[in-house]
Amino acid sequence: MEPVKIEAVQELINRFANKEVYIHLETTNGSYASHFDEKFFNAGAFIRNAKVEYELGKIIGDPPSRVGLKLGSLGWIYAQGITHYELDDHGRLLMAGHDHQGKLAVSLQISETPFE
Amino acid sequence: MIEKESHVLVVFPHPDDEAFGVSGTIASHIKSGTGVTYACLTLGQMGRNLGNPPFATRESLPEIRKKELKAAANAMGLTDLRMMGLRDKTVEFEDDEKMVEMMQSLITETNPSLVITFYPDYCVHPDHEATARAVVRAVHRMDESTRPKLHCVAFANNTGEGLGEPDVINDVKEVMDIKLNAMRAHISQTAWILEDLEKRLGENDPEAIQWVTQERFFKYRFDQGYE
Ligand SMILES: [Zn+2]
Repeated sequence: MEPVKIEAVQELINRFANKEVYIHLETTNGSYASHFDEKFFNAGAFIRNAKVEYELGKIIGDPPSRVGLKLGSLGWIYAQGITHYELDDHGRLLMAGHDHQGKLAVSLQISETPFE
Repeated sequence: MIEKESHVLVVFPHPDDEAFGVSGTIASHIKSGTGVTYACLTLGQMGRNLGNPPFATRESLPEIRKKELKAAANAMGLTDLRMMGLRDKTVEFEDDEKMVEMMQSLITETNPSLVITFYPDYCVHPDHEATARAVVRAVHRMDESTRPKLHCVAFANNTGEGLGEPDVINDVKEVMDIKLNAMRAHISQTAWILEDLEKRLGENDPEAIQWVTQERFFKYRFDQGYE
């Protein structure tokens, strides 16, 4: 993965617009957050292989950036805290936010084929 | 002295669970000629340590962790490694009975005299809890006369209050290097912990020494639910 470059990521997001794609979306503090700090309110969410079609996708803001996908008149997908991206060897757009310790905090991935 | 077994079955959900808690015990059994089966339910696909700059992605991590798991098995001399194909962080959402059946078939096939897993309600991660419940249920449902021993790892903050002192403390000093190598095999997820641990070992920190020379287990108390 490499640090987000807005124009490059925007160009990749555009490539997946207006076709059926599979989405991986995840936010996490890790399962141990409340073990190490009992006052910590641990929340997160995970979707893998949601099949959607977006008409418009944008990446905005100096990294950590925000990415939003507009699903026509149906709805939205967004993620914030995106620091890194990669177009992997399966042609999937992987975007992720890693915190200062190198731990993944958020990930948003777009693929034309289902994730494993 | 670790009690001699005819076969040991270890069941944990994540690659690296075995390294921290029980790799010394596994290595000791293997050294004394006892067969050990390790069933690892997931590939730790949701591990968070990906680095910054990242050395892996969400999608490449499982392959890395699979290699690390095999390397850890090698370090311990373990040849019967089962990767059970579940997904990290989803174990508790699987069908409970299907999970019990998975454990039953592992027990039937390997016929262990000792089963090692986590202690339900005292193992923090939801995957640990779900794994522990399934193993406890499978063993509980066996006829008391044929039940293997069930040794459980507990590390929740309230373990002392709830369970008291461990029932079994294995001295693994002799295989300490193997234990450290098993932990090192999972380097993608353990780099930070190991760096700290090795520094503390260098300073002869008693807590760190205890961590790599002793492994603690609670015998499961079958009057505590999970039938
Ligand atoms: Zn674990």
